[in-house]
Parts: sequence; C-alpha cells; structure tokens
Amino acid sequence: MSEQMTGAQSLIRSLEAAGTTEIFGIPGGAILPAYDPLMDSSIRHILVRHEQGAGHAAQGYAAATGRVGVCMATSGPGATNLVTPIADAHMDSVPLVAVTGQVGAAMIGTDAFQEADIRGITMPITKHNFLVTDPAEIPRTVAEAFHIASTGRPGPVLVDVAKSALQAMTTYAWPTELNLPGYRPVTRPHSKQIREAARLILESRRPVLYVGGGVIRARAAQELRVLAELTGMPVVTTLMARGAFPDSHPQHLGMPGMHGTVAAVAGMQKSDLIISLGARFDDRVTGNLDSFAPGAKVIHADIDPAEIGKNRAVDVPIVGDCREVISDLVVALRAEIDAGHTGDYEAWVAFLAGIKQTYPLGYDKPADGSLSPQYVLERLGAIAGPEAVYAAGVGQHQMWAAQFVGYEHPNTWLNSGGLGTMGYAVPAAMGAKVGRPDATVWAIDGDGCFQMTNQELATCTINDIPIKVAIINNESLGMVRQWQSLFYNERYSNTDLHSKRVPDFVKLADAYGCVGLACESPDDVDATITKAMEIDDAPVVVDFRVHRDAMVWPMVAAGTSNDDIKYARDLAPKFDDDADVELRP
Amino acid sequence: MTTTQNTKHTLSVLVENKPGVLARIAGLFSRRGFNIDSLAVGPTEHAEVSRMTIVVDVEGTPLEQVTKQLNKLVEVIKIVELDGSASVNRELLLVKVKADVEARGQVLDAVQLFRAKVVDVAPDAITIQAVGNADKLADLLRVLEPFGIRELVQSGMVAIGRGSRSISERTLRPVTIPAPPAAG
Repeated sequence: MSEQMTGAQSLIRSLEAAGTTEIFGIPGGAILPAYDPLMDSSIRHILVRHEQGAGHAAQGYAAATGRVGVCMATSGPGATNLVTPIADAHMDSVPLVAVTGQVGAAMIGTDAFQEADIRGITMPITKHNFLVTDPAEIPRTVAEAFHIASTGRPGPVLVDVAKSALQAMTTYAWPTELNLPGYRPVTRPHSKQIREAARLILESRRPVLYVGGGVIRARAAQELRVLAELTGMPVVTTLMARGAFPDSHPQHLGMPGMHGTVAAVAGMQKSDLIISLGARFDDRVTGNLDSFAPGAKVIHADIDPAEIGKNRAVDVPIVGDCREVISDLVVALRAEIDAGHTGDYEAWVAFLAGIKQTYPLGYDKPADGSLSPQYVLERLGAIAGPEAVYAAGVGQHQMWAAQFVGYEHPNTWLNSGGLGTMGYAVPAAMGAKVGRPDATVWAIDGDGCFQMTNQELATCTINDIPIKVAIINNESLGMVRQWQSLFYNERYSNTDLHSKRVPDFVKLADAYGCVGLACESPDDVDATITKAMEIDDAPVVVDFRVHRDAMVWPMVAAGTSNDDIKYARDLAPKFDDDADVELRP
Repeated sequence: MTTTQNTKHTLSVLVENKPGVLARIAGLFSRRGFNIDSLAVGPTEHAEVSRMTIVVDVEGTPLEQVTKQLNKLVEVIKIVELDGSASVNRELLLVKVKADVEARGQVLDAVQLFRAKVVDVAPDAITIQAVGNADKLADLLRVLEPFGIRELVQSGMVAIGRGSRSISERTLRPVTIPAPPAAG
C-alpha cells in the first residue's frame, strides 16, 4: 500500500503508524512543514514552552507508561535544547524518539541559519540516530527508530529530517521489514548460565538481590516478587528501581548506595553473592569499587552485554531480558527446591533484620519547630498513596523522596538517576500525567530545580494537565550546600538562592493559572496536602518552606568505601564485628 | 607478528557502509578512553559493507569492554579479533629519502633488500614504496634514516585471516526484523 504525499505528511503518517498518540514539541522554521499535516492527524501535539520541557515530558511519559515517548523540535537551537533530555534518557535507558527538523539538504554544512549538526552532537548520547535527506526513507527510518528505542536496552533515538525532504513529494509505504543487520539484542538467557546461577544461589549463605531499573523497563516486577518469595532472599532496589519491589515487603532492605539505608548497604557489603538484575554497579551504589562487597561472588544479568563486567568482575554473566532471566531462574530454583535443595539464609536474614531495626531511616525534627523536609515527604507519601506517580528533581529532595515516600508499584517513581538533571520533575510529571491521565501525579521538586523548568506550568494549565508540585523550598541548592557543610567547612559559596524571598512561588503559580499554596508549619502539612489532592481542575503548586539545614542521611561520602557509611553526622553504624561473628559459615 | 606487545590487538570490524559510521567509531574510542594505534577503512566484497581494521592498545581497558561497546553501535555488524599467527597483516609506507648521485646506490640496495619499490626519482631524492608488517617497515626506516628522511606517510594496518574462510560468510545473510504493524 503506497500513496503519494509530501515528506511531511509521510513523517506524520509514519509516526501514527508507529503508534504515536502524543508528541511534546515546539515548531520552528525547519520542522514547520511537519506541523501542517500534524493539525489533521490523530496525534495530540502538546505545545511546550521550552524544548527541554518537551524532552523531559516525553521521558516522563515513557517512564510512567512503558511506551515510547516522542518529542519534536526544529533545527539548531530547538534541537540543541533537546540535548539534555536525550542525554538523560540515554543514561536511564528511557525509550524516546526525538524528531528534529534540519535545514534543507543543499544547505547542510554551510552554516545556514539555525543549522546545527544535531546528529553529530547526539552521537555519544543516543542509542542511535539518523539524518534523513531522502523523503522515501522517512517511513523506514521512523519504523527503525521506534524499534531501536523500545527493544533491547531501551534508549533515545534521534531522527533528524532535512526540510527539503519534508517539502518534497514522495511515496509513503510503511515497511514490511526492517534491515538492521548489526542490531540483534539477546533477550533469551542461556540455560547453562541460569543453572549455574541457581546453583550459586542455593550454595550461598548471604545472597542479596540487587535490583536495578532494568527490572522496571523489562516489566518484571511480578516475576521479581515470585523469585524473592520463593527463596527468601533479601532485596535492595536502586534509585532507578524504586517501586520494582514493594517497600512494605519484609524482605526489602531499601535503597543501596550513597544515601541508601544502612541495611541495604550492609546487605551488599557483607554479601557472599550479589544477584544483579538490570543494575549496572554505578559508582553511587558501589562507593569505592575496590572495597565494594569484597566477599561477594556476582551473578550479573543485563540485556546490555557491555554492562556485564564493566565495573565489577562477574562470576556468572547472564545476557538477557530481565523478565525472562527472572522467570527462568524461578523455574530452575523451583526444580531444585522441589528436589529438596534449599538455601540456608536464616542467619543472614536475621542479621539484616537486626540492622534494619537498629538503623531505620529517620531524621531529627528541628528544635525550633520549623518544617522538616523529610516529614513533608513522609506525609505526602502517606496521603497521596502508592497508587500516585511521583517525579522528582535532583538533589536532597530527590533523595528524601526516594527514602520517605514509600513505593509499592513499578513506574510510579520517576527521576533523573544517571545524568542527575535538575529541572526534570515538572516536565516529567507533565508527561506522566498525559500518559496516565487517571493517576495523581506529583512533581517533588527543589526550589533550585523548580526554577529551571517551571515554565511548563503554562503548558499544564493551557492543556488541562493537572499535575501537583511539591516544592521542597530550603532556599538553597541543598545538596551542594550539604557537601559544603560537610567537606568545605560550611563555606557556602553560591548556594543561597533566597527562594523564600524571591520568587513568590504562590504568586508565580497564580500567574501561571495554577493554584498556589504555601505551608511552613508541621501542623499544616496534612491539611495542605489534602487540599492539593482535592483540586482536580488545575495544576497545584505547594511551597513547602522547610528547614534549610536538614541533611540527607545515611551517607557514603563520594569515593569512600561503603564500609564507612555514616548513619548520621559523625555516627558510624556498627555492622562489621557482628557480621564476622554471626555469619561465619 | 601482528603485535609487538601483548597489549595490542587487531580487530576486523564489519560495518554498514553509511555516512557517519567512522565518526561513530572514532567518537566511541575517544569518549570511552580506548586507545587506537591504527585504523584503516575501506570497501569489501559487499557494496553495503565496509571493513575497518583497528589496532587497539588495551592497556587499562579490557579488550572485552572495547568489543562490547563497539558491538552496541547499531551499524557495527561483526567484530573479529585477528590473531597474529593466523592472519596476514600489512601496512603501506611511502617515504621520500635524500639521495644524491653518490648515495643513490646504497639507498637502492636497501630498497632491494626489503623488497620495496622505487616509485619516484628526483635529482636529489628517491620516493620508496614498501609494504609489510609494522616490524618490517620499522626496520626499513632504520636503514634509511642515515640518508635523511624528507617526508613519510604510512597507512593504517589492514589484516585478513589465513585459510579459506571469510569473516563475512555467515553474517551478511540479511537479518531482517519484521516491522511493527502500522497502528490505527
């Protein structure tokens, strides 16, 4: 089936054919031809206020729904404004297709108006990218872009289309097959490796399931729960995997890493077998690599072979899709267990339960009665509940949100983990709300982050996308300030934002057509959150004016060993001696 | 021998013959801190496929990580490590050596000794073409150096496995993935 049409029409038809229902974008000169047929298309285009917002919105949409997020921008500055969200999606394996206009084919390379080599610029930060100058190539390129973005290890794919290709007449024909000879992701794990992994799991005495974002991307939360409960192994979920395993589950030790729980960090450090599922031994998890989990063997399952053995030597590598890997492990382990071979983790589980009890997540309330940020997030999690979707910015509020909200389901916690992009929350929440209109979506933002992308509140108001924003306003770049407190003798160089003075967030919300609320007393927190929850016909922005000196604990200082975790300032938990005594096999 | 030190490995990389593929490979090596000793690229017996011969110095980065990262590039079809003893590798050298009438005879002796060729002669210089592995070319240059080397240019190494098998034999059968059905 083929039809004559313009390249622009072919592009929109192709995006429809690939299953696109929403696009976040901004038109401009080079992409202009595509915006005309877009008016007649089934696709809902959401006009954002900055291309970075379009990119993060598409990320939030993808992270909340598991579908490919799509953003669109013009050439030059439009395209370069997408660079941050594209890099972010690359680090966090978010399926994203970015469509950009390019100057006409004859002008490419001439430093034409609004020309930027966005394909060259995004080579290191995309899974793959394309420059299309022949309009006949548009349908196949779009089909390949969606295939690459959504299969294997998901990631961003950029399709740069020359304006001349959009304007030319062409034949539209959706491809019947894709020719990608170099792209063959392995999803089925090797049965020999699965058997070997099962054997190690049953032999080990101190195993831990180290769960990463890959479990969420692979939609493997159900399977993970079966595996965990079948064996009784303790579970840790990384920042990218919050929600992959219920926080309320007794086997859950919490988040590992720099601001992880003492139990999760100890669970990794003292382990004799780490079963890594869709995680990548990031430096924020391992701390100093040389002293990370010194006694542990490693089973590393990932769909990306390059992650296996990249940072940590591996005993059993398993390349495959996490859902298939976990399902196969369950089958293999069940057979062993039925045959009477069970693991003995009793002492280990009891040891970790003790640590969990001795060192729970907690915080000190300020003596002066001012508001604790942790308390706000604890109450937000309790009132908005685990069915809501939470998108965080980057910094202290992100860590507190990861620690205190409480997650029970996958795809309910969205954040910028790898790249650490301040400004992610508001547009990502917007995208999540578009993808899941029936869910309550909260952006949890810092006052610094919020001021990087809050222009998208206009997009939310105009397009009836009623997100809710909790600004954790400590009037500073809080995480940087925390490091200055700890490592720079409290010399606060350029971290004071004065955000309790300027801007007035309530008035700002009002100016954007949102409902603005403020809260600065612990007594008003519940009422304020409840009020925000009751408003359904407009975005809500709540300015939680919190104590500025609150710090994120526990903490493993950058570059140090996980053994040196501090439960609070100058307070090191004791788990070393106990471990040696109680856990000698 | 392919390598003089054991940190060097020769990779034959089959890639789709598409614009930008060299930039992707070069960029990958640069941003991941992998060291390229030499890189040569050219067409193959299949019009849609180019072949790169890359000599990598893997001191500090395991070869496995280099090949895995290369394999992630969508346009990379296949990577084969060519072992020095089971493959033939060659570089091309063009070198312009000072040679007046007096020295010319000695220079020509060296050319013959190394089975090189004279490709251009000027009154006071000779341009020599030599083909060989890195060691042989280095030896030739050592011999020529006393005469005075005015200019030299050298290609990257190209290499091919010995025997009758081809590295592209099995991979180049088209692997097609059914496109997703058009939605709506």
